[in-house]
Amino acid sequence: MSVAACPGCIAAAPLTEMPARPAPKAGDAIYIALPQIHCAACIAGVERVLADLPSVAAARVNLGAKRLRLLPTAGHDESEALSVLNAAGFDAHLLDASALGPAGDEEGRKLLARAAVAGFAMMNVMAVSVAVWSGAGEVTREMFHWVSASIALPALAFSAVPFFASTVTALRAGRMNMDVPIALAIFLAAATSLYETFADTGAHTWFDAALSLCFFLLVGRYLEHRARATARSAAAELTALELPRATRLTEAGRETVNVCALMPGDRIALAAGARAPVDGTAEGPATLDRSALTGEAAPVPLSVGGAVCAGEVILGAPLTLAVTRRAEDSTLRRLAALVEVAETGRHRYSGLADRAARLYAPVVHGLAALAFALWWGLTGDLHHAISVATATLIITCPCALALAIPAVTAAMTGRLFRGGVLLKSPTALERLAEIDTVVFDKTGTLTEGVARLPGLAPEAAAVARALAEASDHPVSRALVAALAECAPAQLTDLRELPGEGVEARWNGRSVRLGRGAKGPVLELPGEVIPLPLTEHLRPGALEVIADLEATGFDVVMLTGDTPARAEVLARRLGIAKVHAGVRAGDKADCLAGMTREGRRVLMVGDGLNDTGALARAHASLAPASALDAARVASDGVMLGVDLRAVAQTLALARRARRRIRQNLAVAALYNAVAIPVAVLGHATPLMAAAVMSSSSILVAMNAVRR
Amino acid sequence: MNILIILIPVSVLLGAGGLAACLWTLRNGQYEDLEGDAARILLEDPLDPRGPDSKTPAAPE
Repeated sequence: MSVAACPGCIAAAPLTEMPARPAPKAGDAIYIALPQIHCAACIAGVERVLADLPSVAAARVNLGAKRLRLLPTAGHDESEALSVLNAAGFDAHLLDASALGPAGDEEGRKLLARAAVAGFAMMNVMAVSVAVWSGAGEVTREMFHWVSASIALPALAFSAVPFFASTVTALRAGRMNMDVPIALAIFLAAATSLYETFADTGAHTWFDAALSLCFFLLVGRYLEHRARATARSAAAELTALELPRATRLTEAGRETVNVCALMPGDRIALAAGARAPVDGTAEGPATLDRSALTGEAAPVPLSVGGAVCAGEVILGAPLTLAVTRRAEDSTLRRLAALVEVAETGRHRYSGLADRAARLYAPVVHGLAALAFALWWGLTGDLHHAISVATATLIITCPCALALAIPAVTAAMTGRLFRGGVLLKSPTALERLAEIDTVVFDKTGTLTEGVARLPGLAPEAAAVARALAEASDHPVSRALVAALAECAPAQLTDLRELPGEGVEARWNGRSVRLGRGAKGPVLELPGEVIPLPLTEHLRPGALEVIADLEATGFDVVMLTGDTPARAEVLARRLGIAKVHAGVRAGDKADCLAGMTREGRRVLMVGDGLNDTGALARAHASLAPASALDAARVASDGVMLGVDLRAVAQTLALARRARRRIRQNLAVAALYNAVAIPVAVLGHATPLMAAAVMSSSSILVAMNAVRR
Repeated sequence: MNILIILIPVSVLLGAGGLAACLWTLRNGQYEDLEGDAARILLEDPLDPRGPDSKTPAAPE
C-alpha cells in the first residue's frame, strides 16, 4: 500500500492506454454504486426500473456490496440507466471499474474451495476411521487405512498448499510463524501414517487428524480474509467514485480527458465546488478552500493570475485554470510522498498472532523433540519414539490457537463494518486496542467543510449574497462562498464604504452589510441580523470528545489553522491540548514526538496535510469525505458522518482484544491437558479428533457471541 | 464384510458428488452476495418478462 503517484494517478494508472472512454462493447460490465439500497424491495425496485430499458442487456444488484452490475446492450452506455435510477429516487453513482480491481474475490474463492475439499475428505476419512477406532479386524483395518490414504493424500496436496507456501516463505526469510508448526504437523502426520499403512504395523494412522487440522485452519483463514476483503472493496469503491478526469478547453470546444494527460499550458474548466486536479494559475478571480492542504478553515480570496495548488477546492463561481505543472509534479503528489516515508514504520508491527507463534513454536517443537529423545533413549524403539513425537505435534497443533485470533477479528471487523467503519489493515484492530491518545485534525474532521452561516431566511440570504459580491473584502468572499447555493437579490445603488461595509437599496429600501459589535452584520429594513461565520461541527463531535475523555483517553487537536480559531473551537469542544498552525510536514513530526513520549496515538484526519501524520500514528482513521491519499494512508475509513464512530471503534477494539486473550487462554488450557497425555504416549487419533473439534468450536463460539 | 467393497466406493462417490456441487456453486459466484440472496427469496414475481435468465446473470465473468 504505497502512495507512489498522486491520488488521481493511482486511480488512473491502469487507464492510461484509454484516454477517452470508448463506447463500451456489449459484454463490458459497468459497476454503479447504490449506497442507499438496503432491502428486498430496493432490489426489486432497481431491477424492475432497469428491466424495460432498451440500453440495458442485464442488471443485477449486489445488496452486500450495495452495487449494481450492469451489462449495456451493444452501442449503448450507462447514462440512460443512471438517469432513470436517479429519477426513480435511487442515489446512483458510476464507479471506475479499474479502481475497483478485478471483479469477484479470487483469493477467497480459492480458500473456500480448499476448505471444501478438506472438509469433504475429513468427513469420509472420519467415517472410515470410526470403524478402526472401534476395533475393526486385521484385513478390514488394512483396507480402511488404504482407503483413508487414497482420499487424504490428494486432498492434503490440494488443501494444505497455503500452509506449506507460507512456511517456505517464512523459513527462507529466517522467521517463525504459526504456519511452521502447522505445516510440520500436517507433513509428519501424513508421512508417518503412510508408512504405517505400507508397513501395516498396527499402529495409529493420523490421516483424519491431518485433514481436520487443515479444515479448521482453512475456515479460520477464510473468515479472516472475508472480513478484510469486504472492508477493502468498500474502501476501493470510495476511490472508484472519484473519476480522475478533467474538462480541457481547446479551440474546438470542451473535451473530457484523463488528469494524467494534462500538460502545462492547457486550460481546464473547474465547476464551483470542484477540486483542482493539478497546479495552475487562475484566469479569473476566485475563492479557494485550502483546508485540505493547510487546515485553514477560512476561504482564501484569489485574484487573477493567482496560483492554485492541486487539491484546493474552488468555491463560489466556476473558474478557468491555466495548467502550470503536470499531475505527477503537482503539490498533491509531493505531499503524498510524505506518506511513503512514514508508512514503512507500521509494517514492522507484529500482531498478537505472531507473538503467540514465536512463543508457541519452539515450545511445541521442543516438547516433540523431547518426547522423541526420551522414548528412544528409554526404550530404544525408534518406531514408537517417532509415533509419540508425531502424536505430540498433532495434538498440540494450534487449531484453536490459529482460530483464536482470526475468528475474533472477523466477527469484530464485521460488526464495525455494519456500523460504518471499514478496517483495511489486518493488525488495525489490535493496534486500536492499545491506543491511549486520540489526535483530531480540526478542519474537515471535527468540523465539516467550509465555514457556514446559521440558517438565514431565503430573502435575507439573497440580499447578503448580493451585497457580499460587491466587495473584495475577505469576509465578503467568505460570505459569498458560504452562500454559494442561493441566488443574489436584485439591488440598486451599490456602494462600498471602505472600512465600513457595503450599502445598497433593495426594493427601494436601504440595506447594509458591515461591521457590527461582534463580527459582520446584515442590516435589513427594521432588523439587524448578525452573521457569525462559525465552523460547523461534525455531528457527534461534542459527544465523542466528552466520551473519550471520560473513558480516560488523552484528546489532542492538531491543526494547520490559526491558533485563534483553533482555540475557539477547542473551548467549544472541551479539548485542553491544542497544537495550532502546524504545517503539513510538521504534523508527522508532532506525532513522532508523541510516540517518543511513549504514547500510542490514534490519528483522525482527512486532509492531505494529515497524510504524513496518519501514516506515522500507531493507528489512524479517516472520514469518508477525506481525500483519497488520506484514506489510503489510514487503517480505517468511517463511512458515516457521525464522529461517535471513533469512540465505538476504540471500545470494540478493546473488547476484541479481551476476547482474543480469552481464546488464547482456552487454547493454552487445552494444550496443558493434552501435552502430558501425548508425551506419555497415550494419545489416540480419536482423542485428537475430539480435542481439536471441541476446542475449535469453543473458540469460534466465544468469538461470535455478543 | 464383502458388502464394504460396494458400500465404501458408493459413500465416497456420494461425498464427491456433494463436493462437486459445492465447487460448482463457488465457481458460479453464488457466495458473492449472501445478503442479497437472502433478501431475494422475498421477491415473488419473476423480474423479467423476457425470460428467467436474460436479466439476472448469476456468474460474474
